[in-house]
Amino acid sequence: MKKMITALGLGTALAFASQSASAQSFPTQPITIVVPFSAGGPTDTVTRLVAQAMGQDLGQQVVVENVGGAGGTLGAARVAHAEPNGYTLLLHHIGMATTATLYRELPYNALEDFAHVGLVTEVPMVMVGRRDLEADTMAEVIAYVREKGEDVMYANAGIGAASHLCGLLFMNALETQMTTVPYQGTGPALTDLMGGQVDLMCDQTTNTTNQIRDGSIKAFGVTVPERLESLPDVPTASESGLEGFEVTIWHGVYAPKGTPEDVVNRLSQSLKIALKDPTVVERFADLGTAPSPEADATPAALRAKVQSEIDLWRPIIEAAGVYAN
Amino acid sequence: MDIFSNMAIGFSTALTFTNLFYCFIGVFLGMLVGVIPGIGVLSAITMLFPITFYLEPTTALIMLAGIWYGTGYGGRTASILLNIPGTIANAVTCLDGYPMTKQGRGGVALFMTTVASFVGGSIGIIILMLFAPVIARYALSFGSAEYFSLMLLGLVAASTISEGSAIKALAMVVLGIMFGCIGADIYTGTPRFSFGLLELTDQLSLIALAMGMFGVAEVIATVGKIEVGDVGKTNVSMSAMKPTRDEVRRSWFPMLRGSSLGAFFGTLPGTGPSVASFMSYALEKRVSSEPQRFGKGAIEGIMSPEAADNSAEMTSFIPTLSLGIPGSPTMALMLGALMIHGIAPGPSLMTEQPSLFWGLIMSFWIGNVILVILNVPLIGIWVRLLTIPYHLLYPAVLLFICVGTYSVNTSSFDLWIVAFFGFFGYMMRMLDWPAAPLLLGFVLGPLMEEHFRRAMLLSRGDFATFLDRPISATVISITAALLVWGIWSALRARRIANQAAMEQATTG
Repeated sequence: MKKMITALGLGTALAFASQSASAQSFPTQPITIVVPFSAGGPTDTVTRLVAQAMGQDLGQQVVVENVGGAGGTLGAARVAHAEPNGYTLLLHHIGMATTATLYRELPYNALEDFAHVGLVTEVPMVMVGRRDLEADTMAEVIAYVREKGEDVMYANAGIGAASHLCGLLFMNALETQMTTVPYQGTGPALTDLMGGQVDLMCDQTTNTTNQIRDGSIKAFGVTVPERLESLPDVPTASESGLEGFEVTIWHGVYAPKGTPEDVVNRLSQSLKIALKDPTVVERFADLGTAPSPEADATPAALRAKVQSEIDLWRPIIEAAGVYAN
Repeated sequence: MDIFSNMAIGFSTALTFTNLFYCFIGVFLGMLVGVIPGIGVLSAITMLFPITFYLEPTTALIMLAGIWYGTGYGGRTASILLNIPGTIANAVTCLDGYPMTKQGRGGVALFMTTVASFVGGSIGIIILMLFAPVIARYALSFGSAEYFSLMLLGLVAASTISEGSAIKALAMVVLGIMFGCIGADIYTGTPRFSFGLLELTDQLSLIALAMGMFGVAEVIATVGKIEVGDVGKTNVSMSAMKPTRDEVRRSWFPMLRGSSLGAFFGTLPGTGPSVASFMSYALEKRVSSEPQRFGKGAIEGIMSPEAADNSAEMTSFIPTLSLGIPGSPTMALMLGALMIHGIAPGPSLMTEQPSLFWGLIMSFWIGNVILVILNVPLIGIWVRLLTIPYHLLYPAVLLFICVGTYSVNTSSFDLWIVAFFGFFGYMMRMLDWPAAPLLLGFVLGPLMEEHFRRAMLLSRGDFATFLDRPISATVISITAALLVWGIWSALRARRIANQAAMEQATTG
């Protein structure tokens, strides 16, 4: 009996081993998604929700591993150099495209060293200000910034953070300079905005929605073409006369370069299913965002996004002259 | 709604079987990771974070919070018994805790610090219950100018925490500040002293540095001079835990002072338990009429920091829960546990989710009581740890340090940092250079730089900002008074010494 079990076990193991390269059997072991930021942040939350749903579809556990540091580049580097078998993935945000310029030397190339799986979500941003700011609408903020110039204190969560990028784009659109006040993370920046120590900030709705609803900060405009369900009273930037001021923090899933095409397609298919999962849709809505449409959860769409975003941000970052190494 | 009906809501939530169970799991695990050097609260919470996905948000938070304040009870164990801090907040407890163990009073130290932890925790919870919204609003008026002034006060007050040469202590503070300069300049992104390594563009890991300087260095230093008899002296019977009447008398005020200081630093985002415990130790040494007893097993030197640690752990929930803003990476994780369930904390949490808010706070009471009940009988077992032969104990300690440090960022680079600071710390110890001031400099230095430069940025380069803002001005004047007093008392001591010498010369 014992022998039979061993033989059976061995047989199954062999069978799995011989198939492991084909997509029919993928995945045969748990999958790890690396989040290049610390646990508990917005990107981590997005990842855990998606990982859970993808795991259900793939019939394997999808484990989330946090590899933070150096603006997300350490985690990205780890995946770029991982075994290309589809068992080590990366979920990264807009930083994938901006670090290509912010870091003059990186141990990987955001376009060439990855197999792109698909877009996950695009989180809108919202321009916010301290409660007692002498401006109530986007138009008044623009006038205020134009008048006061460098006396306006714009907070951000550090070099390369979403709030930093949004600020750069804003100043670029207005062709004005404000004084940029960097913080170590969104938390302290938001604290000082609520305390009235700084004037303006622009951050993801995932971080700001609740404070806006509470009235502890003012919201002037969202950075997407249409108003948000979660903040119906906040106009879009274009409505308030800031045409083309559109920026989202998009998230994508990546595998290492050389991952078999059928495995990538299987992952992309699983991502599409995950993005329709009712829990994912509901929780994303709580966070003030929505899953990417099915057409965007594809390798081609993500690759195009990375390319276009690298091209969009390169001149802006270069003009600002800020680099992280 | 008055406080009693809130408490009733809270208890009815916290006392359900599931919540009690996870509260127990949380505090037990927290205590355990606190005891084990290297594995800190952040790694423990990170590891358990995925579980919270499957729990009710209140239950998840009760468990994670339990881990957080449970470490406050466990962390001092290794500090007192082995001279290796269980967590960074307990590093300062080594200074007087370990000498107590060497005098055979390790059991007393463990028992009394359990009391201190409970008192500190209780005061923290009471403040959290009664004043959370008020304090949260008050904490918002602290800008960078205030933070800088506070840090400056802290550095001046605490620069003398270690025994021996003041010059050496000062040099180590400066060295700590210099190590703190490694990493990307947060204002320009320029990497400093990174030698082109991406790993060094972030700060050196605080855990890696502390575990190297205190843990590995202690292991190396002890390996060379093992005396088994040393340990055998420690009495492990229950009666050996009984403090003398004098020790009880000396403990009251340090405990209360520590609790208040801890409660204050806990509410300020970015500071928290480690800064609180250092500051309270410094304060005790300042106000003591016999500062020379510190560093040689003074009970005040362990009561105050341990009370401060636990009190700060409780009040650090104030900004997190009432503003929705995490003051530390650990708090960010707890917010994450809520966000995953679609709850974003903020000023409205208290009114919109009263059972969550009050359930959590009431679970703190339950957790603290469980911790005391768990701890007192365990003291005997912890003390017996010392009877484990060093050739088994120390490799285990080293293993835990490595696992713990690695798990924070899953970075093998951090292990090299541990090794480096292990040897560096050993060298410093051989040459009699104290490690605590270096840690202080490393923690406070980068904070001071960050806030000083931000204050300058906001005031457009006007130094007067530190004196124009009333809170900052008050703190600066206290700092100045402390400096003047320090210099004056040093001069007076020298004059008295000179006079004594003169008198001796004339009479002799």
